[in-house]
Amino acid sequence: MKTLDKLTKPVPGPRTAKIYKRWDGINSEELGQDELREKWALFGLSIPAIILVLTVIAIPVGWLFWLSLFNDEGVLSLSNYTRMLDSKSYSRIFVTTFKVSFFTTLLCVLIGYPLAYFLAQLPKRWAALGMMAVLFPFWTSLLVRTYAWLVVLQRKGLINQWGMELGWWDTPIKLVHNLNGTLIGMVHIMLPFLILPLYGSMKTIDFDYIKAAANLGANPVKAFWHVFFPLSLPGLFAGMIVVFVLCLGFFVTPAVLGGGNVIMVSMKIETLIDLFFNFGTASALGVVLFVLTLMVLFVAYKLLPPDKVLGQGHNV
Amino acid sequence: MSWLGRPASDTQITHGGRLWLYGVAGLIILFLIIPTLIVIPMSFSDSQYLEFPPRNWSDRWYRNYFDSREWMTATWVSIKAAFLTVGVVTPIATMAAYGLYVSNLKAARYIFVLLITPMMVPVILIAIGVFFAYTRLNLNNTMFGLVLAHSVLALPMSFIVISSGLRSYDMNQERVARSLGASRLKAFLVITLPQIRFSVVTGALLAFIVSFDEVIVALFISGGNMSTITRSMFLALRDQIDPTIASISTIMIMITSVALIIAQVFGKSVEQKF
Repeated sequence: MKTLDKLTKPVPGPRTAKIYKRWDGINSEELGQDELREKWALFGLSIPAIILVLTVIAIPVGWLFWLSLFNDEGVLSLSNYTRMLDSKSYSRIFVTTFKVSFFTTLLCVLIGYPLAYFLAQLPKRWAALGMMAVLFPFWTSLLVRTYAWLVVLQRKGLINQWGMELGWWDTPIKLVHNLNGTLIGMVHIMLPFLILPLYGSMKTIDFDYIKAAANLGANPVKAFWHVFFPLSLPGLFAGMIVVFVLCLGFFVTPAVLGGGNVIMVSMKIETLIDLFFNFGTASALGVVLFVLTLMVLFVAYKLLPPDKVLGQGHNV
Repeated sequence: MSWLGRPASDTQITHGGRLWLYGVAGLIILFLIIPTLIVIPMSFSDSQYLEFPPRNWSDRWYRNYFDSREWMTATWVSIKAAFLTVGVVTPIATMAAYGLYVSNLKAARYIFVLLITPMMVPVILIAIGVFFAYTRLNLNNTMFGLVLAHSVLALPMSFIVISSGLRSYDMNQERVARSLGASRLKAFLVITLPQIRFSVVTGALLAFIVSFDEVIVALFISGGNMSTITRSMFLALRDQIDPTIASISTIMIMITSVALIIAQVFGKSVEQKF
C-alpha cells in the first residue's frame, strides 16, 4: 500500500510541467501550463478566507500598530513604548502576567501528568470514560466554569463552609478575588489543553520499551524516569506551550476571579480603552503582548520542530 | 486482595503498588467535574445567596431568566450570531482547506500560516483593532459586524480540522470520479464531501462554540440590544453574583452534556461501521 501511495501521489506543479517537457510530446508545453493554471484556480478557493483574515485582523491590527507610534499630541514618537519601561505600574503588570502564566503551567503539569499517565494505561473503554471527564469541562462554556469557581470559592462558598464545619479553620479564608482564586480557576480551564496532547503522545509510546527496561533489571520507578518520561516529553512540551501562550492573553477568568487584584496585560488594555479611550497606549501594550507570544512560540518551534512534537519522532 | 496483587501492566508493578496513582487520578477527575456540576443544584435554590445544599427549592431564577426581556434578547443574539458564523465559516474554511491541499503549491504553506494567525494574535488585540475599525465604519452594535468578527476568530479551528480530515482522505477516489466524467465540482460534492463530512461537521461545531462562547470581542463591539449572552453574563459577574446566572449556566451545561453524549454515541456507531 505504501509504495502504491508513493507512486500515485500528486507531484508538485512546476516539477510536473518539467516532466511533460522531458517527455517532449507535441502538446507537452500546453499540458504543463494547463496543470499550473488549474492549480492556481484551485488555490483561488482560499481567497475568501484570505480576504476575511486580512480585512478583519491584519488591517485593523496594523492600524493599531501605526497608532501606537504616535504620542498624545499626535507626534511620531516611541513614548508609548518607553513609558512601559519607565513606569513601574506597567512592568508590574507584565510581571504579574508572566507569574500567573508560569504558575498555571507548572500546576497544570503537576496535576495533568499523573492523570494523563493514568488514562494512557487504562483499558480502552475506561479510558474513553476518563476522557469524557477531561472533555466535559473543555466543552463547557468558559464563563460557566469561571462562575462555578466564583460560587465554590467565595467567602460563604462551599470550600469555606466545609472547611469550617470540619474545624480545619475558623474564619473564612480569602480564596477568591486574589491570586489564589485566579490560579485555581485558570488551572481548571487550562488542564484539558495540557492533557489532550500529553495523552496523545503517551498513547504512541511502545510499552515494549518499558518491558525491556524491566527485563534489564530496572525497577518500576527507574523504568519510568529513564524510559517512559523522556518519551512523553514532546507531548508534555506541546501542552505546556499551548497553556503558557493561552495564559499570556487570558482575560475573562482573571477579570472575574481576580476581582481587580490581579491585573494582567489584556485587562489593562481593556481598562485603557473602556475608561480612557487611549488607543495609543493600549495598542502599544497589545503589540508587546503579541510580540512576546510570538517569541515564546518561536523559541518553542526552534526547540521542538512540529513534526517531532506530533509524533513519530520517538519511534526511531 | 487478589486484585491488588495482580500486575497492573506488563511490567512488574501491581495494582496495589499503583493505588496512590488511582487515588490521585480520581481526585483530579473530581476536580475537573464537580465544581461545574455543583452549579446545577444551586440554581434551584430559593435563596438570594448561593448556598449548598439549598434549604428551599424553587425555580425563581429560571423564571427570572425566561421572564427577563434583556436576557432573552441576549440569548437570541448569541444563537443567531453563532448560526450565522457557522454559515460563513464552514464553506469558507472548507474551500480554503480543499483548495490549498489540492493545489499543492509552495505558496499554500504561507497561506496556511496566514489563515491560522487569528489563533496566535492575543484576542484582546483583535478586539480593540476591530472596535477601532468598526467605530470608523459604523459597524458597532450590528449583527453583521459581530458575525464578521466571530467568523475570523472561528476560522483557524475549522480550517485546521477540515485540513486534517482531507489529509487522511485518499484523493485518488476523486480522480477516479473525474476520469469517469464527473466535473471537479461534482466529484467533490458526490465523492469527497460525504467522506470528509465528519471533519466538516466538527469544524462547524467548533465555529458554533467559538462564537457562542466569545466574550472579549463582543465586550467592545456589541452592546444594548445587540449584547450577546456571554457578554451580559460577564458584566453581571464582575459586579455581583446573580443567581440567575446559575440557572443560565445549568441550561448551558445540560446542552453541552447532551451534545457530548450524542457525539460519543454517534462517534461509536460510525467507528463500528468501518
